[in-house]
Amino acid sequence: MTNIINTLLVLILVLNFFSLGSSRIQSIIHTVAIQGVLLGFLPLLVHSHLNIWLLLASLTAIVIKGILIPNMMSRALRNVQIKKEVEPLIGIMPSLILGAIATTFALLFTSQMPLVPEHNDKLIVPAAIATMLTGFILLTTRFKALTQVIGYLILENGIYIFGILLLGAMPMVVEMGVLLDVFVAIFVSCIIIAKINKSFSSMDTRMLSSLKE
Amino acid sequence: MAFLLIFFPLLMAGAAAIFKSNRWRPLFLPLTALPQLFFTIMVLVKPELAVTNSWLVLDPPGKIVLLLVNTLFLFCSLYAVSYLQYRKERDNRVFCACLIAFAGAVSLVTWSQHLALMWVAIEATTLVTAPLIYFNHNQLSIEAMWKYLLISSVGIALALLGTFFMAYSSMHGGKEATLSYVTLLKNAPHLSKTWLHLSFILLFIGYGTKMGLAPMHTWKPDSYGESPGIIGAILAGGLTSCAFLAFLRVYHICHAAGEFAYMSKTLVFMGLISMATAAIFMVGQRDLKRMLAYSSIEHMGIVTLGLGIGTPALFGTLLHIISNGLTKGVLFLSVGNIHRAFGSKNVDRVRGAIRLLPFSGTLFLIAFLAITGSPPFAPFVSIFAILNGAFEAEKYITAGLFLMFLLLVFIGMGAPILKALQGSSPVPNREKMIFRDTIASCGPIIGLMVLVFILGVYIPVPLSGLLNDAVHFLGGQP
Repeated sequence: MTNIINTLLVLILVLNFFSLGSSRIQSIIHTVAIQGVLLGFLPLLVHSHLNIWLLLASLTAIVIKGILIPNMMSRALRNVQIKKEVEPLIGIMPSLILGAIATTFALLFTSQMPLVPEHNDKLIVPAAIATMLTGFILLTTRFKALTQVIGYLILENGIYIFGILLLGAMPMVVEMGVLLDVFVAIFVSCIIIAKINKSFSSMDTRMLSSLKE
Repeated sequence: MAFLLIFFPLLMAGAAAIFKSNRWRPLFLPLTALPQLFFTIMVLVKPELAVTNSWLVLDPPGKIVLLLVNTLFLFCSLYAVSYLQYRKERDNRVFCACLIAFAGAVSLVTWSQHLALMWVAIEATTLVTAPLIYFNHNQLSIEAMWKYLLISSVGIALALLGTFFMAYSSMHGGKEATLSYVTLLKNAPHLSKTWLHLSFILLFIGYGTKMGLAPMHTWKPDSYGESPGIIGAILAGGLTSCAFLAFLRVYHICHAAGEFAYMSKTLVFMGLISMATAAIFMVGQRDLKRMLAYSSIEHMGIVTLGLGIGTPALFGTLLHIISNGLTKGVLFLSVGNIHRAFGSKNVDRVRGAIRLLPFSGTLFLIAFLAITGSPPFAPFVSIFAILNGAFEAEKYITAGLFLMFLLLVFIGMGAPILKALQGSSPVPNREKMIFRDTIASCGPIIGLMVLVFILGVYIPVPLSGLLNDAVHFLGGQP
């Protein structure tokens, strides 16, 4: 079982690099959608005894992270008619290198942290940290509002991976609450993006710079 | 009772959202706020109502914040009726629905005894307040809302990771992975230190972003500056208090784990940094609302400092949450009136506000004196109690710096505010003015001001009992 989980986590890590290495926003959205679906399967594999609640939680995560949110983003993208992330703060190649550094850091960090023995042979903790850092890189180095929202989603995905270790601590209602919050946050962001685009004729966040000291 | 306090506002928010008449819809606000405050007082009077189930219990610090926010909410909602009457041209559907829903989210924050549930509630407060900032529908308010949503969401995401780390620290300490506040407190000495430290830092950054502590404060001047005064009051008095409460629970767990020495230095340092940042950015500030935002940053710094000083200052810190919240209400509501009368919130344009708006101008002046710590108002009492605590804890340097920053803020804030209030007004013909002080626009502010004054002179026994309970609950001597 550990092998399957680790394979899945490696796939998620690879998807992080896809999101960093792509300049077409639509393909980043596809990448995040696949990542969302893979994430949804993780709890089923980690927790050996299946029950109806676990299945339901998994299904909700897949529907929200893999289908609903990416659809919403694609629609927002169609409305604003922008295809590419042109001129990010740092280019594609440096982004990938940063991503590699982040992943290495995540592995080093995990090796320094005291883990519960049964988590030692799983990649869950480093994958969680690396995915979060990838989200951060997208958030800080891209200027298009939508790409920043995708960065936020990837950041949340990373946290979700860590949360899988603690399924016992999170009652079903709370788990749903967290997913709902993420969904609404991105829903509101997509509405704001439409407004930004309408009043600035662009979704470049560098336009949003009139408020400063 | 918890369900009533949480779902009643949500129901009213839904009703307000489907209600057709733009003219009468604002009445939903006081119609929610009045029962909400009534329910709150009922819970405070009858302790057996404070326990709903194991996740929803109103603990003493929660009681303080719930009482504060619902009091503030009542006055703000009364003010909102006249405000929205004045701005008839604007559709207020989203405004009313979100503002009412905010009350429900606050109830959930105060009641939740499960750290992840509390996180969900805090994130909900962010999401319902974001559209409120956009009420003016212009480019600047879009920018403010975007920054607010992005910075807060990322900050809050870190708090979620910190929450998970807390559960992991329990798991690594050989206990079950749990996020129940009570269980964590009970198991606190067994929590794994490394994970707990990391968790504390992440939660401090996360909820600190929501509180608006420097250097995570950048969203604050923008969103307070561009939103209506009433939203400034709700954010500076209500939202920040909720974030503080969330952090207070984390602080309590770490305190019980014997990590006070580890936290104390960080909290004192960050508190002083926030005060210093506020003092620096107030100098030369020409925008009155942004000025108030920096004042909010300063006061969040003060309560963080109070937590860092520890139990001797706890009473003052909790009292300061109340006095800051109420005084911020007066400041933001009166500056809202000034903004409307002059059509500007820039001190270059606003002159002689006291002459033009005798009530709003005077209230703003008194509230300015109150918030900077002048007697005989509530903030003076709480600031003094924190200072006293610092001396009692033998933190003399901290106390000295604290006093120095208070003085700097007083000077920095005083110059532009006095400039705006004094002198003759540039509006030549008073008859042509579209906005003037009325009972509806000033009454709620006067009500809040009276509370600030009363608390400055005398703290009623039930309230001091509540504060002592909270101090005792947090592990100090009452």
